[in-house]
Amino acid sequence: MPRLPVNLIIGAVLVSLVVGVAALSLVWTPHDHVAMNVRGRFQGPSDLYWLGTDQLGRDVVSQLMVAARNSMTVALVAVLIGGSIGVVLGLFASAVGGWVEDLVMRIADIGFAFPALLFAIMLSAVFGPSLTIAVAAIAFINIPVFARVSRASANQIWTREYVAAARAAGQGKLAISRDHILPNIAAPVIVQATIEFAVAILAEAALSYLGLGAQPPSPSWGRMLSEAQTLMFMAPQLAIYPGLCIVLAVLGFSLLGDGLRDITDPRLSRSRRA
Amino acid sequence: MSAPLLEVRGVTRRYRMPREALLRSPPVLTAVNDVSFVLERGQTLGVVGESGSGKSTLARMIMAFEAPDEGAVLFEGQDINRLGAAALRQARQRFQMVFQDPFGSLDPRRTVAWSIAEPLRVMRAEGIDRRIAEALDQVGLRARDGEKYPHEFSGGQRQRIAIARAIVTRPALLVADEAVSALDVSVQAQILNLLMDLQEDLGLAMVFISHDLAVVACICDQMLVMRHGDCVEFGDTAGIVARPRHDYTRSLLVASGI
Repeated sequence: MPRLPVNLIIGAVLVSLVVGVAALSLVWTPHDHVAMNVRGRFQGPSDLYWLGTDQLGRDVVSQLMVAARNSMTVALVAVLIGGSIGVVLGLFASAVGGWVEDLVMRIADIGFAFPALLFAIMLSAVFGPSLTIAVAAIAFINIPVFARVSRASANQIWTREYVAAARAAGQGKLAISRDHILPNIAAPVIVQATIEFAVAILAEAALSYLGLGAQPPSPSWGRMLSEAQTLMFMAPQLAIYPGLCIVLAVLGFSLLGDGLRDITDPRLSRSRRA
Repeated sequence: MSAPLLEVRGVTRRYRMPREALLRSPPVLTAVNDVSFVLERGQTLGVVGESGSGKSTLARMIMAFEAPDEGAVLFEGQDINRLGAAALRQARQRFQMVFQDPFGSLDPRRTVAWSIAEPLRVMRAEGIDRRIAEALDQVGLRARDGEKYPHEFSGGQRQRIAIARAIVTRPALLVADEAVSALDVSVQAQILNLLMDLQEDLGLAMVFISHDLAVVACICDQMLVMRHGDCVEFGDTAGIVARPRHDYTRSLLVASGI
């Protein structure tokens, strides 16, 4: 058994923690996360409220837990949608080749150059701010990322002899893409998905911070942060807790992604460079 | 008189090289230049030449992986580049290929049986399981080896699997592109023997591509010597080995120590 890279282990622990807490919030939170208690505002940590209460007397722990779930859901849906479309585009570009491939990849480059936040603000201006818009924006910026990764990996696989053998067997490009290319590019795509998950969590937090993501009363780390900002000198802990959650979640997924890349593709490894 | 199994008529294949200067047209590399030969059923043609002589490009054109810029490849009298997609798919079961790299020619994520069955699934054959077992048996492997993955086999065994995949459709022509070059010498002999046995049993014609003239001289009826994309010599193996007409052939013969 080879030694697992440290970043993989730390990443896996952080990710399990965040995902575990998010899953737990489905069945149990210490308090109702929307229950207000105006008299018990700005409480410090206690046996009843482990991290205290916020400006409306809501339990901070319960809010952070539900926010974690919301954040995971947004990231998962966005990365799944954006990733699927991107991978299909990348496979298509690689299979067809020629000017079609160039065209698809140049469009992907344009998508790459487009700032995600700007795109989300634009969508919100047209459709009004909502979680759906946030998901759509994050999914959209993931399309070119996955298109690029899958096309680059697919181009390598297309040169393999087993692909030539499949052609000799009479398989068409669609069947080869499905039977040979997709299974063999799964590793880099999964690595990319893990890293993009981190990016998506950060993007969701940023959008919610700007009021373009989860709408009240649905809690979100980003919005907790922006609400706490105005109370920075009165109750700095209210800003620190969601900020810390964002950092841990993003760090966890980034490290996990890097670690997965280290074990699936040693050539790209940064930490194990000899 | 029926058409020969394979007739290659003056095929030429050029590749455009990467542009060297913006305003100059990119240089063109002629990989194969006006090569012709005829291969009858059950016969073996050896194609010899150093790397870069156009052997593999010739193989790719015979396999209809790419079309010649000039000339034609006729298989059983039909120009394979003029067949429609469906007709070509059907025709492909009649000519199959064994590749050079036994570690690259099998999909690492598919079982051996899956890989061998691939051409059968395309042609919607019946009794696929039975035919997989039969093909594995013909190449000296056991039927239950089909459940394993390629990484569980040695190079020689993998080449046997690749051959099983190539013969499972009962083709009339087998193109072997450096099929033994990547193997140890002792394993080379085993695979060559296997190929010759199969050729006899199944009545296969074979295009055997190799840089090793000794091997070609040993197993081929006819021989085609290539250099820089040109065919420098073509004829009966015995005649060429005894009386090479071209200096290049002579130097190859000297180098191979025959």
